[in-house]
Amino acid sequence: MSDPGEFFHAEMTLRQKLWQINWGLVVIICATAVIGFAVLYSAANGSIYPWAARQMVRFSAGLAIMFTVALIDTRVWLRYAYLIYLGALALLAYVDVFGAVGRGAQRWIDLGAFNLQPSEVMKVALVLALARCFHAIRFEEIGRIRYLVWPLALVVAPAALVFRQPDLGTATMLVLAGGAMFFMAGVRFWKFGAVIAGALAMIPVAWHFLRDYQKQRILTFFDPESDPMGAGYHIIQSKIALGSGGIFGKGFLQGTQSHLNFVPEKQTDFVFTLLAEEFGIIGGLFLLALYLMLLIYGFAIAMRSRNQFGRLLAVGVTVTFFLYVFINIAMVMGLLPVVGVPLPLVSYGGTSMLTLLFSFGLLMGVYIHRDIGVDRSADAETL
Amino acid sequence: MYRDRSRYKMFTRRALMLSGGQAVLLSALATRMYYLQVIESARYQVLAEENRINLRLLLPSRGRIVDRFGVELAVNEKSYRVVIVSEQTKDVEETLDKLGAIISLSDYERRRVRHEIKRRRGFFPITVRENLVWEEVAKIEVNAPDLPGVMIDVGQSRRYPHAAAAAHLLGYVAAVSEAELTGEPLLALPEFRVGKGGIEKVHDLRLRGKAGASEVEVNAIGRAIRELARREGQPGDEVVLSIDMALQKFAYDRLGDESASVVVMDVHSGEVLALVSTPSFDPNAFTKGITTAYWRELTGNLRAPLTNKAVTGQYAPGSAIKMVVALAALEGGILTPDHKVFCKGYIQLGNARFHCWKKHGHGHTDMYKGIQQSCDVFFYDVARRTGVDRIAAMAERFGLGQLLDIGLPGERRGLIPTRDWKLANKGVPWQLGETLIAGIGQGFVLSTPLQLAVMAARLANGGRAVKPTLVRSVRRAGEGKTADTGAEPPDFPEIKIGKASLEFITGAMNAVTNTPRGTAYRARIKEPGMAMAGKTGTSQVRRISMSERQSGLIKNKQKPWIERDHAVFVGFAPVHDPRYAVAVVVEHGGGGSKVAAPIARDVLLETQRRDPSGVSGPQRFARG
Repeated sequence: MSDPGEFFHAEMTLRQKLWQINWGLVVIICATAVIGFAVLYSAANGSIYPWAARQMVRFSAGLAIMFTVALIDTRVWLRYAYLIYLGALALLAYVDVFGAVGRGAQRWIDLGAFNLQPSEVMKVALVLALARCFHAIRFEEIGRIRYLVWPLALVVAPAALVFRQPDLGTATMLVLAGGAMFFMAGVRFWKFGAVIAGALAMIPVAWHFLRDYQKQRILTFFDPESDPMGAGYHIIQSKIALGSGGIFGKGFLQGTQSHLNFVPEKQTDFVFTLLAEEFGIIGGLFLLALYLMLLIYGFAIAMRSRNQFGRLLAVGVTVTFFLYVFINIAMVMGLLPVVGVPLPLVSYGGTSMLTLLFSFGLLMGVYIHRDIGVDRSADAETL
Repeated sequence: MYRDRSRYKMFTRRALMLSGGQAVLLSALATRMYYLQVIESARYQVLAEENRINLRLLLPSRGRIVDRFGVELAVNEKSYRVVIVSEQTKDVEETLDKLGAIISLSDYERRRVRHEIKRRRGFFPITVRENLVWEEVAKIEVNAPDLPGVMIDVGQSRRYPHAAAAAHLLGYVAAVSEAELTGEPLLALPEFRVGKGGIEKVHDLRLRGKAGASEVEVNAIGRAIRELARREGQPGDEVVLSIDMALQKFAYDRLGDESASVVVMDVHSGEVLALVSTPSFDPNAFTKGITTAYWRELTGNLRAPLTNKAVTGQYAPGSAIKMVVALAALEGGILTPDHKVFCKGYIQLGNARFHCWKKHGHGHTDMYKGIQQSCDVFFYDVARRTGVDRIAAMAERFGLGQLLDIGLPGERRGLIPTRDWKLANKGVPWQLGETLIAGIGQGFVLSTPLQLAVMAARLANGGRAVKPTLVRSVRRAGEGKTADTGAEPPDFPEIKIGKASLEFITGAMNAVTNTPRGTAYRARIKEPGMAMAGKTGTSQVRRISMSERQSGLIKNKQKPWIERDHAVFVGFAPVHDPRYAVAVVVEHGGGGSKVAAPIARDVLLETQRRDPSGVSGPQRFARG
């Protein structure tokens, strides 16, 4: 499109922005959501209540948020990135003290109309903050450890709080997403090697800090059959339901294992199992294909952006999204321990749906504003 | 710009690496899906079915046991129990209170119910009490609206209308014990009852029937959602016995308080018409769950109510064996019926004296008189001349000393000693004196009442080796009389005895009861055409000492019960055309003629009156 040497200096009009909206992305997102509605309909034994209906409402609200966010200038996000981050961190701290405990031990704040889950919000906020942070660091400086302390702190603080909840899944996602952003920002390879080595060395220590049931979960992960009536039950049942779906599945609304409650949490963590049981490997691969397209879009947008902030933001959003997909599906198939990560756009859940669409909004925004050069210093109003 | 470009290049490079990594991970997911949903799919389908489908066994109805006329001996009747389903009642305690007001619950019952409720799921029915009487059931049903969650459950339980009279024959049913579990799922059902002892045990597999199955779809906590399929089972087969229950009851009543047994059989077909052992027990007590007190009473009783004396009791036959001894001599060509012996009350053999029961002896005695008046001295002589091995061989031909395979548990084979036997089992050689006492049915000789009846039957039916049978047929339930074939009895082989000898012996037996000198004359049947022939026996329990003899034999009456002799009688009737044979053994009854013969008389009379073989079976059996 534009010559990379040239920056677009002027502001865009609303009409121009609308024109830039990536409708392909929107279509795929909607398609995925519709699949989600269908699965939730089945999960409720053929009724849109209680899950599908609410999900549709949230999705609509989320779409509105997505478009709004997309149309807002990326530089606005740049400016308020730290603020958003601090807000999320505060919420996390608050919920650590006052929050109600829910499934998967994630903590909620009851807002009446729905439950707010700060750990979900944190995922977006961290990406924003890291993008901002790395955007400001010069390319040459990226090698210097001194400059990495701050982003490191940005990752560790919320990860620790989330870990305390105790939400192993989200903590892992924060660390991995953060790590990906470090990677994309240009941190040298050896540093990653060092960190991984250090992490491995820390495992015995970390093990000590894990709660009993988390330890149990990990142990059961390695051998679900050792405790088929307890911790291993979910995984064994999930595999049975999945496996018995076969190639074409049992048919819509015919998923016996899920409907008879052999598979727990069928509307949240194990929603992929229900999908695979009813639609077989064909259905599973189809959803995976949709997710793959979203990921491709994400990376493409990242590559197209002309400013570091936008690139990092796009990558961060995409990687976070990828982690949702991978961790959840790996978990239900027995490749990872059960850690309570939802399947994006499909799992029933208010906060995750909204924050996901918010982050897709950011992604689209990056694309719309891709040709705007952004100065390193975020204070600059103009270029 | 430059910086941005190189940064951009780095970014692109790394973006490709990252996306490449993600692609790899995604394909790992796809591979895993392939593994689970294609390669392992069949296995998981099986597991899925196992998850959700629960096979519930439907208890089959146990087959009845009936007598030859169709009189019910063992039947099933409805048994009611009251259950409570905790999730259907708001307040369990309150409901239990109300229930307690109707049927009066004990503290123990209430505690047990509470305990079970905690253990089980809310939808699982918990038994409060079993075996309710109809009144209780009616009261509970009437009060149903006030008793939410309380329900009456109908089951099956076994009942024996004739209780103790046929208890040993029939056996009883009770819960499966650990040792009996074979791994068959039906046996593991808590309500399932398996036969123990008697016909219930021997024919258990056929009486049991086949369980049906109900395929129920269940959810993860085991709640039944719906029934998918049902396969009805098969009720158990019916067992038709050869027994005539009315006769059995008559014999049982006639025995009264005695510790005794009676066997009545058809001499031609071998069908057993009555097989009684007293004292007996109530099999119904086992069905409901026997109390410890009753159990202790039964096992502690010296008169062994749980033992079927007719097939398990082994007694010295005493004089009842004399026909066989005589036949051994006759058929061996050793003696003729004219052989005479002078009985002076004893016989001397070396240092030992062998006494006759008649202190001063019978005087000149031939074979006829020897049997008629049961002269021991005569038979010491016969035995001495014949030898124990020949006697043993003849005894075996008449059914003694062997298992007769009547099809009841606990059948004993008795004992007919031979020289080889003694050497093998006692390590010392046979003594002549032992032959003598074997000749009068004492010493090592042992027989069961069943064997004695068979011996009498074989003597009476003209020399055929008839075998006793107890079961007429086993048929599908509901097939009624049509399938009751009363099948042709097997043709029993001949014993190959000279007709003349046999006739002589049976004639002598007739003299025992129907001539004034006969030992059982007082117990003769007076009804014309129903006369009985037989032989008395007194089976010694205790060796009589010399001093006793000198001071005068102590009468049985004066001895303590356990030391008295057993009273034995074998017989058949009617004499002119024998049909039925009987054996009576009264433990510690004293004299055979005094105690056993009158019982045999009454039983054979009743048998002939009822004529159970005549009424139901064809009479075309080969004779003689």
